[in-house]
Amino acid sequence: MPDHSESAAQSLNPGQSLLLANEAATQALGTALAQAAGPGLVIYLEGDLGAGKTTLVRALLRALGHTGPVKSPTYALVEVYKLSSLYLYHFDFYRFESPEEFVDAGLDDYFRQGALCLVEWPDKAAGFVPPPDLVLAFRFRDDDGRDLQLQPHSPGGEQCVNALMSRLSSDAGPC
Amino acid sequence: MLVLGIESSCDETGVALYEMGSDGTGTLLGHALHSQIAMHREYGGVVPELASRDHIRRTVPLLRQALADCGRTLEQVDAIAYTQGPGLAGALLVGAAFAEGLATALGKPTVPLHHLEGHLLSPLLSASPPRFPFVALLVSGGHTQIMRVSGVGQYELLGETLDDAAGEAFDKTAKLLGLGYPGGPALARLAEGGKPGAVVFPRPMLHSGDLDFSFSGLKTAVLTYVRGKELDEQARADVCRGIQDAIVDVLVTKALAAVKKTGMQQLVVAGGVGANRELRRRLNAKAVKARIQVYYPELEFCTDNGAMIALAGALRLAAGAQAKAAGPIAIRPRWPLSELTL
Repeated sequence: MPDHSESAAQSLNPGQSLLLANEAATQALGTALAQAAGPGLVIYLEGDLGAGKTTLVRALLRALGHTGPVKSPTYALVEVYKLSSLYLYHFDFYRFESPEEFVDAGLDDYFRQGALCLVEWPDKAAGFVPPPDLVLAFRFRDDDGRDLQLQPHSPGGEQCVNALMSRLSSDAGPC
Repeated sequence: MLVLGIESSCDETGVALYEMGSDGTGTLLGHALHSQIAMHREYGGVVPELASRDHIRRTVPLLRQALADCGRTLEQVDAIAYTQGPGLAGALLVGAAFAEGLATALGKPTVPLHHLEGHLLSPLLSASPPRFPFVALLVSGGHTQIMRVSGVGQYELLGETLDDAAGEAFDKTAKLLGLGYPGGPALARLAEGGKPGAVVFPRPMLHSGDLDFSFSGLKTAVLTYVRGKELDEQARADVCRGIQDAIVDVLVTKALAAVKKTGMQQLVVAGGVGANRELRRRLNAKAVKARIQVYYPELEFCTDNGAMIALAGALRLAAGAQAKAAGPIAIRPRWPLSELTL
């Protein structure tokens, strides 16, 4: 098991937070993430049911040119997308009753292929799912919006957050 | 012709024997299933639901049981059908390796099958089965699709969910209401005590003009409704009723639209959500008005099982499909049904 070390995280950016006022804001973030995230990156998507995790993934896939349905991976555990030269694996471990099921289902192989891996409910496979480069945590606000915490856990994750933030700020500017 | 069927694509291990007579009439001789529910009853504890290792442990005892139930021996089996995909790679590999290995030892051929073909054909196991062609609404925790079924191996996708499956919508909104997971059946039970129209949730894509579905927005709608509210028992039942009515309304409307569009007279409802009472009640009522017949698989064949795989294998062979020489193992975890031919 790779060391998911605190010391590595400490030298990194302390993280950013964003306010996602509505679904459109989550979609805009997904579109920006499509440009900022690349192959080999493992991104955890945390947050309760209905928080916007799959909405984010759908917008990201649309921005990368995927036109078909973006189904919830809850049942199949992983949905696989091939987008020109990029493989994207969308995981969801919601149904796991014990983290060992990650190994039983043979999912560890997917993480060794240099694909962009988006992981919903990583805590359900804690100790077995490879550590993240970046964690995106959604939290419900009282006003229907969401707070999003972006926490990098590797230099690759930090690079992704920086690219994402600069893209979002340029998008937000006057056009 | 005696066909052994093996299903191991996800949580259930199923083994069954189906005999096809020379006159084209078939009989399910024996079937054995190991599901999570039975496992919990037997061991009184939670066993990892997805463990491929569990399929390995179950397959041989289930095969023995199915054979004993109908007094047949392995030597009498003419072909071995099994689920080749789609599903979990590890789980599929168990069934595929078992089937190919056993067939090699017996010197018999194999019939690798698409899991959903088993579901589509499962109503043919009932006493008064539909006849081809028909429209099929396939609704479960993992699938929500409408198909045109013209014959064995002739399936056309007419519409499908663009995000969550209908069963998933039941299960996840149930979780939001604190009914556990998977809580779909519990939600449906509570809904029976709910007042119709007391709580109304949106019906996504009801008037989209196509036969596609979208259920993911329902989670947010339910969250928004219940946030900050103290719900008493009746209010909770009303919410459940509202959720169930929203899901059922869209399923019924689209299924009937598919029947109308294709000009068919028969609708088949397969998959776990097909057991939902309100869905059946509403469909049956509409069917009378539209003068069509609705068929449901027996309740025990709504969820994953070996009988539908043995049946699909036998029907394929009877329709002239070639069995494959036993030996090579190839699974297809991702396998669109539209790629299927006879």
